[in-house]
Amino acid sequence: MTRYSAFAVAREAFRDHQGWTRAWASPEPKRKYDVIIIGAGGHGLATAYYLGKNHGIRNVAILEKGWLGGGNTGRNTTIIRSNYLQDPSAAIYEKARSLYEDLSQDLNYNVMFSPRGVMMLAQTEHEVRGYKRTAYANALQGVKTEFISPARVKEFCPIIEIRGPRYPVLGALWQARGGTARHDAVAWGYARKCSEMGMDVIQKCEVTGIRSDGGVVKGVTTNRGDIDCDKLGIVVAGHSGHVADMAGFRLPIESVALQALVSEPIKPCMDVVVMANTVHGYMSQSDKGEMVIGGGADGYNNYTQRGSFHHIEETVRALNETFPIISRLKMLRMWGGIVDMTGDRSPIISPTPLGNCFINCGWGTGGFKAIPGSGWATAEMIAKGASGPLAAEFGLDRFREGRFIDESVAAGVAH
Amino acid sequence: MSHRLSTGGRLIDRSERRSFRFNGKTMTGFAGDTLAAALLGSGQTLVGRSFKYHRPRGIVTSGGEEPNALMNLGTAKTFEPNARATTTELFDGLTAESQNHWPSLEFDVGEINAKLSRFLPAGFYYKTFLWPRAFWKHVYEPVIRASAGLGKAPRHRDADHYEYMHVTTDVLVVGGGIAGLTAAKAAAVSGAEVMLVEQTANWGGRAPVDGAVIDGQPAEDWVAATVAELEAMPNVRLRTRAMGAGVYDHGYSLVYERLTDHAPDPSRPRHRLWKVRAGRIVTATGSIERPLSFAGNDLPGVMLAAAVRDYVVNYGVAPGKRTVVVTNNDDGYRTALALKEAGLEVPVVLDARKQATGPLADAAREAGIRVAAGRGIAKVTGKGKVEVVHICDQAGAGAVVEEVRADCVAMSGGWSPVVHLWSHCGGKLTWDDENACFRPDPDRAPTGADGTPFVAAAGAANGAVTTAEVLADAWAAGGGSGEAPKADAEDRQPMMPVWAMPAQAPYALRAKSWLDFQNDVKVTDVELAAREGFQSVEHTKRYTTLGMATDQGKLSNINGLAVLARELGEDIPAVGTTTFRPPYTPISMGAIGGEARGELFQPVRRTPIHDWHEENGAHWEPVGHWRRPYAFPKEGESTHDAVTREVRATRERVGLLDASTLGKLIVKGPDAGRFLDMLYTNMMSTLPVGKCRYGLMCTENGFLTDDGVVARLSDDAWLCHTTTGGADRIHAHMEEWLQTEWWDWKVYVANVTEQYAQVAVVGPKAREVLQALGGDMDLSKEALPFMQWAEGRIGDFDARVFRISFSGELSYEVAVPASQGRAFWDALLDAGRKHSITPYGTEALHVMRAEKGFIMIGDETDGTVIPQDLGLNWAISKKKEDYLGKRAQERDHMTDPLRWKLVGLETLDGSVIPDGAYAAEEGLNLNGQRKTEGRVTSTYYSPTLDRGIAMGLVERGPDRMGEVIDFPLIGGGSVKAKIVSPVFYDPDGEKQNV
Ligand SMILES: Cc1cc2nc3c(=O)[nH]c(=O)nc-3n(C[C@H](O)[C@H](O)[C@H](O)COP(=O)(O)OP(=O)(O)OC[C@H]3O[C@@H](n4cnc5c(N)ncnc54)[C@H](O)[C@@H]3O)c2cc1C
Repeated sequence: MTRYSAFAVAREAFRDHQGWTRAWASPEPKRKYDVIIIGAGGHGLATAYYLGKNHGIRNVAILEKGWLGGGNTGRNTTIIRSNYLQDPSAAIYEKARSLYEDLSQDLNYNVMFSPRGVMMLAQTEHEVRGYKRTAYANALQGVKTEFISPARVKEFCPIIEIRGPRYPVLGALWQARGGTARHDAVAWGYARKCSEMGMDVIQKCEVTGIRSDGGVVKGVTTNRGDIDCDKLGIVVAGHSGHVADMAGFRLPIESVALQALVSEPIKPCMDVVVMANTVHGYMSQSDKGEMVIGGGADGYNNYTQRGSFHHIEETVRALNETFPIISRLKMLRMWGGIVDMTGDRSPIISPTPLGNCFINCGWGTGGFKAIPGSGWATAEMIAKGASGPLAAEFGLDRFREGRFIDESVAAGVAH
Repeated sequence: MSHRLSTGGRLIDRSERRSFRFNGKTMTGFAGDTLAAALLGSGQTLVGRSFKYHRPRGIVTSGGEEPNALMNLGTAKTFEPNARATTTELFDGLTAESQNHWPSLEFDVGEINAKLSRFLPAGFYYKTFLWPRAFWKHVYEPVIRASAGLGKAPRHRDADHYEYMHVTTDVLVVGGGIAGLTAAKAAAVSGAEVMLVEQTANWGGRAPVDGAVIDGQPAEDWVAATVAELEAMPNVRLRTRAMGAGVYDHGYSLVYERLTDHAPDPSRPRHRLWKVRAGRIVTATGSIERPLSFAGNDLPGVMLAAAVRDYVVNYGVAPGKRTVVVTNNDDGYRTALALKEAGLEVPVVLDARKQATGPLADAAREAGIRVAAGRGIAKVTGKGKVEVVHICDQAGAGAVVEEVRADCVAMSGGWSPVVHLWSHCGGKLTWDDENACFRPDPDRAPTGADGTPFVAAAGAANGAVTTAEVLADAWAAGGGSGEAPKADAEDRQPMMPVWAMPAQAPYALRAKSWLDFQNDVKVTDVELAAREGFQSVEHTKRYTTLGMATDQGKLSNINGLAVLARELGEDIPAVGTTTFRPPYTPISMGAIGGEARGELFQPVRRTPIHDWHEENGAHWEPVGHWRRPYAFPKEGESTHDAVTREVRATRERVGLLDASTLGKLIVKGPDAGRFLDMLYTNMMSTLPVGKCRYGLMCTENGFLTDDGVVARLSDDAWLCHTTTGGADRIHAHMEEWLQTEWWDWKVYVANVTEQYAQVAVVGPKAREVLQALGGDMDLSKEALPFMQWAEGRIGDFDARVFRISFSGELSYEVAVPASQGRAFWDALLDAGRKHSITPYGTEALHVMRAEKGFIMIGDETDGTVIPQDLGLNWAISKKKEDYLGKRAQERDHMTDPLRWKLVGLETLDGSVIPDGAYAAEEGLNLNGQRKTEGRVTSTYYSPTLDRGIAMGLVERGPDRMGEVIDFPLIGGGSVKAKIVSPVFYDPDGEKQNV
């Protein structure tokens, strides 16, 4: 596999770029693997990568029913932050964020992690108190955040209307090392490295059944035949309920459509990510110049990756008020993804009732930012057969015991 | 060079000149022109720069699919970036600037990217900019961002306004060409209610330009007659400048009408967004011509053949003086003929097909046009414009057989039906081999709730090609019975798919053959993507950015797919398309927001006393959709001082609070008591009429979600007070349980929050103030003791008086009908004047309740706290078998003795603990985080005690009275606080029980 660098690009330029090889191989499934991961989204690929890198387990297949990165990993608005309130959340998101800092170099693939800063606006007294609380929690968790004044909000993001009229900005929670990354590149970078390590990334391979013997997983059935494995990781986000059903257990998860939209591209006018939870909208500007916009999830469960227009309306109204200049921009495209929501809006990284079968899901509206950390923790769990400290609190048991990790306290929207 | 012809132009009015400015230069056009037509008419062929390589760009199309001619339009408060010149109607005083260049359109330093293009292939940025690490954010990314981005960012608040319109109709027909008109007529004569929308200002679409004959009349006349006929029908609604933007579930669709873009008028809405609920939708959206992929096809002057014809016929504008036509289908000849008729030179028609036969080719020859069959273009060269066309054999590798001087190339690569609206809601496509295009698959239409199709495509949008086919298809789609409009059959020669020109083009030519003009994606980029394993169309799109520009691939997608399919050795349909997403072409954020802006964005809910607050200097705080006074600072007073004054005045004499925003839900019916017993943790069914009880509500997970006082009004009716923010939520919560779980219980819930004004009269003098107003009520301690309510008249007001207290003082909460609210408030102010009665705001309310140790939903609770954590066990019935949350509260974690529980916190130095602070323990947890043992939930300066007081949740708190814990401060240092009882003021309740 070619090592990527400016030098390699220059070399290829002189031979009409004919020397580039595949970013990842396209193998036929083998009969058996040590570990099978279902779902080649960011979380599945990262899990495989850290299985190889941290635990030396390389006889691994990642099975994807469509094209890799085509689920929510390729549909999200790429906000990366770790200013979460509860300790277990802050730990895993900060682990992920810090891995993002070096991910381009680690993967030899430019994932364009751009720590441009994330700002969560406080527009009610209640939000002010909530974000101050988060800042205090973060200080003890080792996450660098700060509650900033309206004047500094304006300084970081001149296009914000801080005087309202409806909800004047009273301050913001600011994480300077939060930001964005290029979502496709994260999936592609991991896939390329997995392939380089000898793992099989198999696309257009849909798992249709899970086989077990005496309560222990034996393998999967797919549209490309049966494949055996010693251990199985289910990492399929919006389809988790469906796949868990194949493994014979139920999940406390609901699937709903979450939508996003982009404007036509304009010259740079916004250097930070802004989330406005009182009015329910958030925005950043992509490197291409599009304003990337998102809001809340639809209020009913479904699997169509579309969503309803009235949510778009609400989001755009909110942002027209927050950023008056966007009123004369045009919406270029809107889309939706199916997000997997748990009751406490926190993820599940857990062993399951089926032996040697593990699950990672429930990232809901905000799992892009977690990909490296989640992969790290899930790989550790699969390799050792039990959760390590990063994953420990995210077990399925918590729903039975009432040990929720509720983040909705801190933010209505959790992207 | 492009120029205005001396005659012709069916859409322009030559008697009406329009003057406009482009890049600071004054130019003129005519009424009816688009900006693109006027620019071409003024000789302006260079109109912009491409996204990545900053290549010079000219106008390619005449419609919404235009990738190049994007303008910064207007100035200041009416400035709009990325406006397509091809869909911008000209008006006097229009100002436009081209985009994405510096310092000027003609000389752009960004063009260096074009020189370096061999180093910047698809996806180069994923492979480079890796080192040094910090450079991505600080150097590379800013440079990339500045060179991308197209239009300028607006700098001002939008001066225009927008509106919505809701409409229900039997049939929505999108597209006002002959297919749309036919379908609309078919539906309308059958009696259906019809809405017909056309995105341009003109009816008829392509047919009048293409010279069709319908029912024996020229298309132009037939269109006029049909429009007149439809206009006369009461069941038909016609809109021009209205684009079908999106189709959603259940026949919901969006139509984007541009009301004043063509004639600015600040008094009218700029855009109107129609939200149409249609029984059926007919998409008669026509088709879009495809470019051909030959080297140099991006030079200004290379245009779609039909667009060239449009400019000549519609606007009397010649895109060039000498135009080479290159085509793989019959339609190209129509352009050649139109040019010839306008007196322009057509040196040659290059027909890629082996034979150039059929009536259109013959007509061209007859008109004296040279026709070369089996020929294509090896490359077009010129300095920033078309100068020389190098002709080759289509079948070959590009050996040049002839060079022709020209200033325009009209290309036609075949036509793609506009399938966007069909696809938005799940309609599937099928590959049409004969015309080499995707068209709607009638067997896989979008279906509605009943499983039947609700979208039908009609005419060219459905893959029909000849006029006769279009009319028959559209008549059927409209559900017409009887005779469809008719046209003569045409003798049409098959088109020949041409995905590369010439077929064997070598790398050097392919590397100059553009697929996506705006995003600079070339044939070799797609090939590279395929080679590197980006085999899914979605991967190819994302890796190369093909089809991600503002035209969303309307021109480039099929050509790109074909290249990908060839590289993969697959058929085009096997490769498939990317997903079509709304909107069809971009629509303004203003229109999406509609009227909901400024004051109307989440309109403020106002209590009957709101105006008084406003007049008396309220410092506002948004709470839910309300605004409540936080405090009433006087001249020269800080809000902090005001709060202190308000608290003291209330505790010492009497204060007044507008509590109208508190939620008021009436729960009534034979099963209301049983229902409330399930909702509240305590017993409500046994509450006697006339009494009040403080109640707690939990979620099914056991967490405290709302609290408030419940009053029993009558045998079967209770009035439940909720928090201000909770009213709507709790109402919905009640309805959800009633409708999904206890649907057979006889209970009604009504939200009467806004029907009453509610005023809390609080303080030792409260009774005196109320008694001074007179009326027929006995407000004495004996007649109306604490936690009771009574109805009667206070002064002239109809009052319901509750003896409840959230401050620890003697307190009456008095509800009067909303219409009497302001007068009541004024009367209280009058009556209380001698006690210096003092209105207070939410902050004083908070301080007083904290002094008294009362919890506040949202402060002491956060969705993770159960009533038991807050020492509220007394409000949890032990007798009830069940209530919402009971079972959850019995789970291990909820009964864990280590849970954090409510206590008071007294700082050792009397300071105020900062909001949100946590109490830290020694040591780190397994994830390296500081261990914590509690947090502050409410913290205030207490004017009554003149020191900081706080409430907090602390691990085993109530068992640790007197212990000192440590709250580290951000930025160093810490505050030490002693664990105490949360009741700081009047622990025995002597003040409120008088
Ligand atoms: C509109 C939107 C905006 C968002 N914005 C943000 C944001 O700003 N920041 C943030 O952090 N997060 C955001 N998210 C959330 C984030 O996208 C997800 O949490 C995250 O991408 C989930 O990654 P994943 O790998 O778990 O799932 P996915 O990427 O969905 O991957 C799951 C994969 O499993 C495959 N699969 C499913 N069933 C099978 C089967 N039976 N066999 C084989 N394969 C199967 C699917 O095809 C899919 O590729 C957003 C989400 C959406 C929809």
